[in-house]
Amino acid sequence: MPDLNLTRNLADADRFYANLTAVHDGLSKADSDALNARLILILANHIGDEFVLEQALIAASEVSRQSVG
Amino acid sequence: MTKIFETPLYPYSRHPDQDAASPARHKVIVLGAGPVGLAAAIDLAQRGVPVVVLDENDRVSSGSRAICFSKRTLEILDRLGCGDIAAETGVTWNKGRVFFDERDIFEFNLLPEEGHKRPAFINLQQYYLEQFLVERAQALAAEGKPIEIRGRNRVEAIGRHSDHVRLEVETPEGPYELQADWLIACDGANSPTRRMMGLDFVGRVFEDNFLIADVVMKADFPTERWFWFDPPFNRGQSALLHRQPDNVWRIDLQLGWDIDREAEKQPERVIPRLKAMLGEDVEFELEWVSIYTFQCRRMEKFRHGRVIFAGDAAHQVSPFGARGANSGLQDTDNLCWKLARVLDGSAPESLLDSYDWERVYGADENIMNSTRSTEFITPKSEISRVFRDAVLDLAARHDFARPMVNSGRLSVPCIYDDGPLNTEDSAEMPACARPGAPLPDAPLGDGWLLDALGRDFTLLAIDTPCPEPANQAEVTVLPLSAKDNPILAKRLLGAQSGALYLIRPDHHVAARWPNHDALAIETALRRSVAMQQGGWNA
Repeated sequence: MPDLNLTRNLADADRFYANLTAVHDGLSKADSDALNARLILILANHIGDEFVLEQALIAASEVSRQSVG
Repeated sequence: MTKIFETPLYPYSRHPDQDAASPARHKVIVLGAGPVGLAAAIDLAQRGVPVVVLDENDRVSSGSRAICFSKRTLEILDRLGCGDIAAETGVTWNKGRVFFDERDIFEFNLLPEEGHKRPAFINLQQYYLEQFLVERAQALAAEGKPIEIRGRNRVEAIGRHSDHVRLEVETPEGPYELQADWLIACDGANSPTRRMMGLDFVGRVFEDNFLIADVVMKADFPTERWFWFDPPFNRGQSALLHRQPDNVWRIDLQLGWDIDREAEKQPERVIPRLKAMLGEDVEFELEWVSIYTFQCRRMEKFRHGRVIFAGDAAHQVSPFGARGANSGLQDTDNLCWKLARVLDGSAPESLLDSYDWERVYGADENIMNSTRSTEFITPKSEISRVFRDAVLDLAARHDFARPMVNSGRLSVPCIYDDGPLNTEDSAEMPACARPGAPLPDAPLGDGWLLDALGRDFTLLAIDTPCPEPANQAEVTVLPLSAKDNPILAKRLLGAQSGALYLIRPDHHVAARWPNHDALAIETALRRSVAMQQGGWNA
């Protein structure tokens, strides 16, 4: 089973980040939240590997300001 | 102590042109004796082109202003005769550290690649760079080179004609007129030339204020670039600490949009802010304080007939990324050899349009990068801030998020992909030295590849027979071997056993081949000076 990749994997991280924030331009908070939810579901389906997705859920949960440093 | 920026370096003195019966005509007049104008003048004078620099002031600029100079700029300064003194005086740095809230989240190293004469960056106060350039210009003048700087000469009006430009110049002893075949406007972001000509300068204003302070202190902070997002001492904002020579430290504090700018500049406001950042017991002295806002914008065209714009006069970016002065020096580096060729008749005037193409391309790249940095530092919306903070939280723990942390994408040289003067590759060769790229440096015996290049075009012949180009006396042929030089082999040969590289005077690669072909070289050379029929100029 493949592990969740937490090393650098984007050829142009700046471009992706700019596109990611640009797609939210002009949206209300509710619309932005809904867009993010759709995006996560689309990406989860693309990944398709439950083991990887479980690790991603853990990685996203364990990083918070309280738990680090 | 008298600071260098308080001393007149090129004081006003009356020039015979002021008493001439009819206006004196010059080949090139440069407006503005900042780093960009001075670089232009030195470059032209070294090529034997007579040049006069006019500046309304008579000394270097006050305050450190631009501080971060890139490897590419040092390589340009090497050709202008100021590289050593800039590199020796400047502080070399490679490391940076990023803080978020109260945490030190990660450090980075710009890991200097080996085999380059110059480091990735140095920090140097702008007034030092200007001083070195003024001294170089004066040394050239003393050697009899055709260069002069006229202090306290302010241009009041510009008249444009088909074959020259007319200037009305104000001095402490009254006005006089000058004419120039060509005018290079390097008169800064508020360019009076641009205003007098009624030209556009369109872009985006960022609604934010930054306090910039240079403090003199004996501190044991390391020589690293430290950047804070949302620190306890400047809540909701950012901060930067960076070292300069002479125990001078650059501090940048984001203040937000709704502030009283005059009040924030007062020492009674500034000092408590700095103490909160540096600690109560750190002793320091304020050298320079300013508050700035910034814009990302450029002129639609940099060439307007016989008036050519360079540096901040032509384009303006946010300071995050060191893309202001560094790009200005790339402008004049690109322009001056072309203008020298047009003036001596060895290239058509249309060669100057390639300056416009290449440097507008460079400006767009700089504007894109500095806009992205600005949007990361100052999120434009609530959701942008959510993503920004998520990246920072993840970056503390996971390597993958660190490339997304954007506190400034530091200036790297522009590669003119698809540029009008390039000849396309016909074989597989290393991408780092592709047509349009600045030639990468490499060790060469006891010296360096870039130092071995000619002032005009150079033909590098690496492990391949060395031809003499026909009718092209201005091309320096440089035969080299990469047999015991793995860095040279890696950067210029790749899988090829030999190669020929045609290098422009500004060290950008014009064309390259794995084998000698006299006709191909001749054609590429003509193309690189805009003489190729049916090419981009048609």
